[in-house]
Amino acid sequence: MINYEIYIAIAIMAGVNLFTRAFPFIFFKNHEPPSAILYIEKYFPAVIMTILILYSLKDINFDVTPYGLKEIGSVLFTAVLHLSLKNYLVSIFGGTIFYMGLVQYF
Amino acid sequence: MMGYLVLGFAFGLLLVSFKYDWYLAPLMSLFIYAGALQFVAIGFFNAKVGFIDIAIASLFVNIRQSFYGLSFLKRFRQTTPFKKYLIFGLTDETYALLTTIKDDKKLSKRHYYFFLTALNQSYWIVGSTLGALIGSELTFNTKGLEFSLTALFVVLCIEQYKNLQNVYPFIIGFFASVLALILVPTDKMLIASILIALILLFFFKQRVEND
Repeated sequence: MINYEIYIAIAIMAGVNLFTRAFPFIFFKNHEPPSAILYIEKYFPAVIMTILILYSLKDINFDVTPYGLKEIGSVLFTAVLHLSLKNYLVSIFGGTIFYMGLVQYF
Repeated sequence: MMGYLVLGFAFGLLLVSFKYDWYLAPLMSLFIYAGALQFVAIGFFNAKVGFIDIAIASLFVNIRQSFYGLSFLKRFRQTTPFKKYLIFGLTDETYALLTTIKDDKKLSKRHYYFFLTALNQSYWIVGSTLGALIGSELTFNTKGLEFSLTALFVVLCIEQYKNLQNVYPFIIGFFASVLALILVPTDKMLIASILIALILLFFFKQRVEND
């Protein structure tokens, strides 16, 4: 994107982001939200996080060596790190450094 | 709070590693102020994603925040003149902090909430600005740095599972993504995955809720 497109994109994201935060305060001040909205709000965060993992890895080419093994290995490494140490900064940085090591030296 | 400083730093570093101007980092942290979305935004810029797709994707990436607001409808009463800012600043981190602290009678609630939220955002802005500035000066091999995005989502995904203890949403997310990867070009993948996942989520509503 060129700069003015980036500014528009930032404005859109700022607006939409504020909307998601203000949404309940605008619409559900005095009455309960419909069950479909409660359902999406409860389960969709888990869905979108799974989607975002795959989305961030969408450019892997499984046809050439090492067939995405570096990425899959780093995802597993990050997950194990997070499950064992339970510190999200350690997990994010540990996982990233692990992956950078793999792609830069192997 | 330290978390925001460090995570913001990573965001700034990643942003300038794709040769974007450093000042976009504080600009985004000031006006968007959403961790996951700002990381995803870098991908939007790179892939030249259309504006409507950006709007829809942002909505669903951040829909979890509507849930935060619902549980704060009561607690944010009598917080004027700070209420608008408190709503704007209700990020994952701030939500987590506000839910773990108890309201103290000796302290003014609205000031306390306000300072906590403002301090959080300051850390985020300072972290991301430093990351962007230092990143533009340093010339080290940033190959693979984009994995910080994946790692962030892996962590958030695990946290979601701890809260939910239900495997179906993750299966739905996985299949929706794989299906989208097969069916549409990669620049439309995110939006297609979201739509497929929404359909699946309602199609299997009983399954999901009865788990």
